[in-house]
Amino acid sequence: MRKTGKQTWVYENPIYINATGTAVGPKEADGPLGETFDITHKDLHCEEDNWELAERRLMTESIDSCLQKINLSYEDVDLFLAGDLLNQNVTANFVARHNQIPFLCMFGACSTSMETLATGAALVDAGFANRVIASASSHNATAERQFRNPTEYGGQKPDTATATITGAGAALVSKEKGIVRLTSATIGRVMDYGIKNANDMGSAMAPAAADTIQRHLEDLNIAPNEYDLILTGDLSGVGSPILKQLLKDEGYDISINHNDCGLMVYRPDQNVFAGGSGCGCSAIVTYGHILNELKSGNLKKVFMVATGALLSPTMIQQKESIPTIAHGVVLEHIGEGG
Amino acid sequence: MEYVIAFAVGGIICVIGQLLLDLAKLTPAHVMSSFVVAGAILDGFGLYDKLIEFAGAGATVPITSFGHSLLHGAMKQADDHGFIGIGIGIFELTSAGISAAILFAFIIALIFKPKG
Amino acid sequence: MANNQKLKDNYQESIKPFQPKPSYVANCLKAFLVGGLICTLGQAIQNFYIAFFDFNEKNAGNPTVATLILISALLTGFGIYDRIGQFAGAGSAVPVTGFANSMTSAALEHRSEGIVLGVATNMFKLAGNVIVFGTVSAYVVGIIRYLFKTYLL
Repeated sequence: MRKTGKQTWVYENPIYINATGTAVGPKEADGPLGETFDITHKDLHCEEDNWELAERRLMTESIDSCLQKINLSYEDVDLFLAGDLLNQNVTANFVARHNQIPFLCMFGACSTSMETLATGAALVDAGFANRVIASASSHNATAERQFRNPTEYGGQKPDTATATITGAGAALVSKEKGIVRLTSATIGRVMDYGIKNANDMGSAMAPAAADTIQRHLEDLNIAPNEYDLILTGDLSGVGSPILKQLLKDEGYDISINHNDCGLMVYRPDQNVFAGGSGCGCSAIVTYGHILNELKSGNLKKVFMVATGALLSPTMIQQKESIPTIAHGVVLEHIGEGG
Repeated sequence: MEYVIAFAVGGIICVIGQLLLDLAKLTPAHVMSSFVVAGAILDGFGLYDKLIEFAGAGATVPITSFGHSLLHGAMKQADDHGFIGIGIGIFELTSAGISAAILFAFIIALIFKPKG
Repeated sequence: MANNQKLKDNYQESIKPFQPKPSYVANCLKAFLVGGLICTLGQAIQNFYIAFFDFNEKNAGNPTVATLILISALLTGFGIYDRIGQFAGAGSAVPVTGFANSMTSAALEHRSEGIVLGVATNMFKLAGNVIVFGTVSAYVVGIIRYLFKTYLL
């Protein structure tokens, strides 16, 4: 039964992630998960002339790395779903121009990774594509220059701010037996609890994550302990405790099995304020470290909830509050049964 | 001694700015704009000149002195040319600062690359 | 989800305990130190110009400000000023060095869009408000003072 409850999709056919690829910048390579990334760069420019070209390179490299692992080329892929943070999604568009795979551009801010993964799996499940690549990217400098200030500007950031990660992740999804199984996904609704501070996105996104997680558990009639790990994308240091409190008020305790990609990807001494954020954040952690853990069986069942803040600088200047959204995908270790 | 006073006065003006950022939660743009307006108003009452006499660079280096210089130049020309003089004199004293900022920003942008 | 609606209304209040507060005292101290140091440097530069060049107390401010602007622009180009700014907050933003940094960083950032449409067009992106408000307030205060002087004294 594909549509389950109000917002959850349960895939009827077994859907697998066959391979993933990740490419990151220097800070991420230097972080606690540095060993789990396929390609690392020593410099934010990634050997390109400007920041936008650098981000494109990261997304292309993540896709190339993914395909290389299973000996496939661009022609073998039926559909490309991707997005990033930049205006008009230029990174994804220009990468699609390069790889010439039929392309559906998607924007979910930092929730794009799970948005593309869930949708890709649904299209494979329904038979509209055999192999889909889902990808998301972000770059610290391109995000700073578009959403905030020039990168060399000496403004002081508060402790609630997050650092946009420089990185891209890609996953290939199909019905062919692969590394990890995708069993269900929950599509989120846009939430807005009135936060107007663009320097505190954790507080703005926590309600969206809480809503999606709660909806998921209700739709499938399960408890939080069904999962070894409920992972959020980038609530970071400020949003994570708020999420736990919001769910606790509704009767769901995720304090034991919750973690956040934004908290996992950096060390506290890397000057990242509340933690990491960005489309790439959930992508590189999920498609790198989490996938390794699921493959080995250290983690059996993970609910990955990517959270996005749907703001723009103009909206903030017009004193609008920040609408947010969260999409979740369930990833499972493939046991003996497959 | 003049160094100590410059240090103290300059420091205090910056502390006021920091409090506006942290407590009043204003953006840096709002704080800078308020300071420059404050400088013009203080010079309107003839107070900023006294502060410069007392604190030297402690009063001329903060952005408040920009507001002061704008008004000062305007008033000087107003003495000679009346109303029109206000417009003639506004950028007279601030010319060195603004043109230096434009020139150096331009040159640096041509030579350097942002590091992120 | 009646609980949720009430929570929505009180959300901003209810999350206050979770939001880290800035260390007010530490920030003010850092602003005081760095701001004071920059002004002291300005004083030294000013005295230098009075002693070794043909400037006096009245007009030494001009080359002093220009020199500080040059230093700030260079530090911005070398990628150091943003770190000073994160440490010092208002201590580096309030002095004229902050103004120069805002212009230089904007010009530097938009180099990728070319010299005309990038560097030149965007230079005043962050500094424009200071110039606009400074000029407008100087006009207003100037007119008021002029009227005062001419008709009331």
